[in-house]
Amino acid sequence: MTLEPVMEVTVNDLKHLLSDRAAEGDTMLLNMGPQHPSTHGVLRLLLELDGEIVVNCIPDIGFLHTGIEKNMEAKTYIKAEVMTDRLDYLNTTGNNLVYVMAIEKLVGLDVPPRAEAIRVLIVELQRIASHLVWLGTHGLDLAAMSIFLYCFREREMILDILEMCGGQRMMTTYFRPGGLWRDTPVEFEAAVREFIRIFPKRVDEYEALLTRNPIFIDRTKGIGVIPKDKALEWGLTGPTLRGSGIDYDIRRAFPYAGYQDYEFDVPTEEGGDVYARYKVRMQEMRESLRIVQQALDNMPLGPVNSANRKFVPPPRSELGHSMEAVIHHFKLWTEGFEAPKASVYMPVESPRGELGVFLEGDGGPRPYRVHFRTPSFTNLQALPWLSEGHYVADLVAIIGSIDIVLGDVDR
Amino acid sequence: MTDPLALLGDWLLNLLAQLNLPPGLRQVILYLLGVSVIATVALVITIFNTWLERKIAARIQDRLGPNRVGPWGLLQPIADAIKMLTKEDTTPAAADKVAYNIAPILAVVSVLLIWAVIPFTSQWFGTQLNVAVLYIAAVGSFGVLAVLMAGWSSNNKYALLGAFRAVSQLISYEVPLFLSLLIPVLLARSMDISVIVEKQATLLEMYVVAAPLAALLFFISSVAEVGRTPFDLLEAESEIVAGYHIEYSGFKFGMFQAGEFMHTFTIAALTALLFLGGWQGPGVAQAPILGLFYFMGKSFAVYFVTMWMRSTLPRIRIDHMQALNWKILVPIALTLLMLTPIVDYFTKDLGVLFSAFGGALTLSWRFAALLLTNILVTLAAIEAVRRNAKRNFVERSRFPERPVARPPREEAA
Repeated sequence: MTLEPVMEVTVNDLKHLLSDRAAEGDTMLLNMGPQHPSTHGVLRLLLELDGEIVVNCIPDIGFLHTGIEKNMEAKTYIKAEVMTDRLDYLNTTGNNLVYVMAIEKLVGLDVPPRAEAIRVLIVELQRIASHLVWLGTHGLDLAAMSIFLYCFREREMILDILEMCGGQRMMTTYFRPGGLWRDTPVEFEAAVREFIRIFPKRVDEYEALLTRNPIFIDRTKGIGVIPKDKALEWGLTGPTLRGSGIDYDIRRAFPYAGYQDYEFDVPTEEGGDVYARYKVRMQEMRESLRIVQQALDNMPLGPVNSANRKFVPPPRSELGHSMEAVIHHFKLWTEGFEAPKASVYMPVESPRGELGVFLEGDGGPRPYRVHFRTPSFTNLQALPWLSEGHYVADLVAIIGSIDIVLGDVDR
Repeated sequence: MTDPLALLGDWLLNLLAQLNLPPGLRQVILYLLGVSVIATVALVITIFNTWLERKIAARIQDRLGPNRVGPWGLLQPIADAIKMLTKEDTTPAAADKVAYNIAPILAVVSVLLIWAVIPFTSQWFGTQLNVAVLYIAAVGSFGVLAVLMAGWSSNNKYALLGAFRAVSQLISYEVPLFLSLLIPVLLARSMDISVIVEKQATLLEMYVVAAPLAALLFFISSVAEVGRTPFDLLEAESEIVAGYHIEYSGFKFGMFQAGEFMHTFTIAALTALLFLGGWQGPGVAQAPILGLFYFMGKSFAVYFVTMWMRSTLPRIRIDHMQALNWKILVPIALTLLMLTPIVDYFTKDLGVLFSAFGGALTLSWRFAALLLTNILVTLAAIEAVRRNAKRNFVERSRFPERPVARPPREEAA
């Protein structure tokens, strides 16, 4: 006798997830994703529909599981960093930042002020880029086609700046423990100033297309409302939380990388609906631009890497005449540096919310455990609750408004 | 100036006469030729329109659009068609084969049939039908059937959702569509499109002057009827992937696309004919062939508006769409249909209000009164909507709250 593989799941197998009406054939089960244009990647939703109204929404994640956390345990601290870029592919430098800051916290490494300023500048640019992708795809979900192309036009400018610095458009790995890979190139300042000059007008343009558009308002106001208490219960963070009127931003609550020196507002909206989250993100783009402006205007001079040679590789110029530099170089790139047997947790504010890394060292050159607390994963949990009773069309708007990145969810 | 098409017809008729064919058969052959010419013209315009639409959308969206195949990418539609024809033609195993295969044909045919009564100039038309408007209303509804058949026969849940939406959308938008279609009929005292066009001889005699609101209603509801953005719910790619044509591939998919593009251009042409004076324009009396250019110019102007809307507007939600139809468009259309004959009756003999440029700009009392009626109805409608506007939010927790994942229940023994 051969065992037949089970190809079909019956309603009976799923009845702990569905309403009782499903078994009677009253409602329709619809498999939305993993290949669906508006699930932002490979999110699979099992929907139970009553006509067009969502009775139950069961997210099925894991289609983009990469095993990054486990893989990082097999690499030295520096070499593991390239994997962090791949977590949340819209916030690559932000992921670098949280990881290198965790290492710095673990081994007690200093970062020169210029490196911190450049980090803040780049991360804020990245936040704008991430919000632009969100706005474009959110618009696309609501069939506002042009806004998508406008957003990507401006995002391209940011990616050009990242390429200028790190040599890569997306996966830069530009931040390193103790500073940066290298200083910014000479064209950097002009490019950022050009972006600062152009971008406010462009945000006005996006707002002109959407903010007071009656169809857009109809599609977003009152949709997917998260009350304050629910938002806290679900552990939401980032713009999704601030859209419910809670003023919580890690940059302000637990300043890192010198954020306490910058002047910026944390926008909040009271509505708690898709529209409120939209407005929060639109204002955040303007605030991020303010930070970029300040970082650029007050950019300190000096080295961009810590002088601590036990953790930071020596500059190439020293290798020719310093035996010590050669030894450091060799040790760092073969064995890597050793971190103490201790654990740290480092949170930063990613474009999506609280991005935290829990890093545990065992005294050797490789991390014992790396765990990422990713905002997309936490925020996604609210989706079933949010989407119940809404139309399928609203579900798409809600998914867009909580701004998930599946690389960030599945890791 | 002689009509080149008439010359061609005479020559063909002579040619057939020389072949000693019976007169009845000669006429049938000539008709068949005419049918294929009109169908081909409609399809060729559609092919050109796909290119135009992509180019204009590209301009609006700050990109280049097709520019690789041929000069300015003009041959891109041909390349697309070849690609479409060489794709594998798949049929889902569980599909209803007959309905599945008929649907794409119906989608194209329903639109092509409308072209039979469209006058390109004062002398060029497929047929002069004295109930042309009724005919358009009848054959135009075939398109719904195609969508329904495609959605149902594909045996796919997304297609089924598309069909659900098609039923509710297309059928309900036919009401304001035909109500507003009746206004030009009332004004021209004829259902014949050629007569409707003839009556709109000068600029201020166009029915868009006498009935701007009816023109707007007609345009909005025909855009909804075609299912273009912001009413493209039946094939909303971000919600139900491709809607009713999700299972179609290759040529059949191409038929649906061609049908949609052609339908869009057809409603633009109909708007031009019914409200913008069709082939009417300066110098048409002397050289009827000029009418073709006026007609095409007006049609493309309306078509451009649909493209513009498509690139700009988000998609409306299904309940909002129904609310817009039944709570706003239908009452306005009914009010207009009630007021227009009354105003028309009392003002039809009042004569000319003013005349300028040797009669080129002539506004009659009748048209002025109708225009005023339209403006008043518009203002009243806006005020009524503003007073009663309630954004109908979905009520939260329609369903009892409970944990998302319940533990598996024990199987009943």
